[in-house]
Amino acid sequence: MAHVELNQKTVARCRELAETVARPVEQMIQAHTTVAIERATLRMLGVNGALIRGGQLYPEVNAIVETLRASGSLAQGVLHWFINGMIQKKMPAAELGKAVASGKVDLTKLARAPEAEVRKMAHELCRKGRDGIVEAREVRDGIRSETGDPFDPEGKNGPLLYVIVATGNIYDDVIQARAAAQAGADAIAVIRSTAQSLLDYVPHGATTEGFGGTYATQENFRIMREALDDESRRLKRYIRLTNYCSGLCMPEIAALGAMERLDFLLNDAMYGILFRDINMKRTLIDQHFSRRIIAASRIVIHTGEDNYLTTADAVENGHQVLASQFINERFALNAKMTQDLLGLGHAQEMNPEHPNVFLLEIARAQMTRDIFPKSPIKFMPPTRYKCGDIFYSHLMDAMFNFVGVLTGQTIQLLGMATEAMHTPLLQDRWMSIKNAKYIFNGARDLGQDLVYKPGGIIQSWAAKVLDDTHQHLEMIQSKGLFRAIEQKAFAEVSRTEFGGKGHDGVIVRSSDYLNPFFEVL
Amino acid sequence: MTNLGAAKVNLKKLRPYGDIMDDGTIQVAFTLPVNPGPEAREAAVMLCQKMGLDPIKVATMEKAADGFSLFVIYGNMRHTVDFTQIKVLKVEAKKRSREEIDAIIQEKIGRKLVVLGACTGYDAHTVGIDAIMNMKGFAGDYGLERYQWLEAKNLGAQVLNEELIRLIVEHKADAVLVSKVVSQHNIHIKDFKDLMQRVDKAGLRDQVIFVAGGPRVTHPMALECGFDAGFGVGTKPSDVASYIVEEFIKRRTKNAKKSVKARRR
Repeated sequence: MAHVELNQKTVARCRELAETVARPVEQMIQAHTTVAIERATLRMLGVNGALIRGGQLYPEVNAIVETLRASGSLAQGVLHWFINGMIQKKMPAAELGKAVASGKVDLTKLARAPEAEVRKMAHELCRKGRDGIVEAREVRDGIRSETGDPFDPEGKNGPLLYVIVATGNIYDDVIQARAAAQAGADAIAVIRSTAQSLLDYVPHGATTEGFGGTYATQENFRIMREALDDESRRLKRYIRLTNYCSGLCMPEIAALGAMERLDFLLNDAMYGILFRDINMKRTLIDQHFSRRIIAASRIVIHTGEDNYLTTADAVENGHQVLASQFINERFALNAKMTQDLLGLGHAQEMNPEHPNVFLLEIARAQMTRDIFPKSPIKFMPPTRYKCGDIFYSHLMDAMFNFVGVLTGQTIQLLGMATEAMHTPLLQDRWMSIKNAKYIFNGARDLGQDLVYKPGGIIQSWAAKVLDDTHQHLEMIQSKGLFRAIEQKAFAEVSRTEFGGKGHDGVIVRSSDYLNPFFEVL
Repeated sequence: MTNLGAAKVNLKKLRPYGDIMDDGTIQVAFTLPVNPGPEAREAAVMLCQKMGLDPIKVATMEKAADGFSLFVIYGNMRHTVDFTQIKVLKVEAKKRSREEIDAIIQEKIGRKLVVLGACTGYDAHTVGIDAIMNMKGFAGDYGLERYQWLEAKNLGAQVLNEELIRLIVEHKADAVLVSKVVSQHNIHIKDFKDLMQRVDKAGLRDQVIFVAGGPRVTHPMALECGFDAGFGVGTKPSDVASYIVEEFIKRRTKNAKKSVKARRR
């Protein structure tokens, strides 16, 4: 494979800086919990029902956790109360969950069982919860080996063809997803309904109405995975399923994704802060727990650095992407993830009229591949400079596919000719897959035959971006992550430590906080 | 009389142009939810006949998936339109540069105009509003934040309509730009209309210039939703600024005349 010569000392220094940047944040993470972590904890114990509230299905875990928060009892963790409730009421988790959510049982008013008994049972149940995730993972591994799996994190089998469906109706999504798989797609992402990331609960059940996408629910996950299992067997090629583990319910989506055998989750340590204005602490605490679950499930995450290039100039801001990738990598490793699970995101978003734009894009894509050789790199298509000219747009996607296959990207999110017009039609996706198959086949081993000229445009640009990244990380390290984000270190967006949504869901842990998932995951 | 040149366009009977004047050539691509085959091809041809195409050439019929066939078809359109009778509502404002606009505000208004920008409802796509508002701008045309005589504030994504009304009052906005990208189930139109109802309730309509923007927005559609103007794909910051300044001055002159009349009475 072709590669760019990079100063390895600078790369090592960047990793060191990312570690230093993450250190105080990890201390903050360990001192707190959030409503979302407590809800995910209950879900992994089997509390996944819903009740009717305001005419809509509302999760039991929200009702339970809200009641505890309202009485200021959450610092000890939901399990401190809930496990005691299971002992006192002699009810399994799902049954007690229903009783507490409907107001029949008040967890704080029950007699206390001996602490040792509560802790012991909490440990047992969390281990069981973890085992459930591991079992689901093994079922998934079984289907993968049965059907044949084209995925290789290092990208040696060529880029995976990844497309999105976004009809709003899970049953229509299934039709679109099957069609895409038949056309050659390897991975399907079900785009979420716009703004689901700002809901502080996970909607319940199968859904048929959404805006710009389909709600992420446990039942929708199950319906789509079942269809893709079927399609994988028919096509004798394992088809991956992707959803979005971001926003105010990050840990819960991770838990539900693990239970329902999702393969990919979009999950980023800082995306929520920058692009959804979710509180910094909330996001960083939640990302850690979500990644602990993801690590156990061995789901591959996709980070969201591609977004930086849609808001800030892509030629000038390559270093922000790389700096963020180093930070995302560090937070993921701190959550027990391994490098082969880190789909680090970036995008081909430079102005198409910029001179030699493809050389710069090749430099960026190649250096990402080379700096993170073990990680599955997620390459996102042009969107920013797309308009209604679908013919030009199709050509932009072709060049994007060319750069992707040349530089050994692992996961290629295919561009759509109708980007910026509508959510993809069946024919848009078909055309896009045909484009990618043509180029991935025709230039499959080009990277192995090429050497980038020393001191040439590509090598020089890669060196410059690495140096800029180093400087950027030094700056972030000197200020601390919170202050750096406040001063627009990423994507030209400024956020404050106490601003943003969901700050009221951050709770300082008490000394007797109980959540054995932090040990068993 | 011999005519040696190429045929001239007949604006009274306008048709698409392929390579010969008035040939009416168009291309269409669509998917039918049936498997490819002679019957599917015939169905596609019949649909094209109903569109007014004749002759019809099926360039390709592809199997897009089980139960779906994709067609690319060329045909010659028999319909015509009378170009000379077409009237379109469009934003009427002289296009000016940033420097010209700043100079006009300084001379004729004498204070900064306050412009708020927001991507409203649950829409999180700020690409459009950022291109117009942010310093950097779009396609080499600086954003409104860069204008010396505009006080431009980008409120970002997911601003709820009720919140926007509050901010308009708080900032004493002269103009508000509302961007909507997501248009599934016409959510953008519903949100636009909802905003303008709230604007009416709050009595802000005459004091503030309301501009809608987004890839699916047109000027007539924005007018129908109660906005003063609408801008679509490819709009540059200076297009919007030119309109705002001209509209502001127009309204001020109108209001001044009204108050003169009132005094005379």
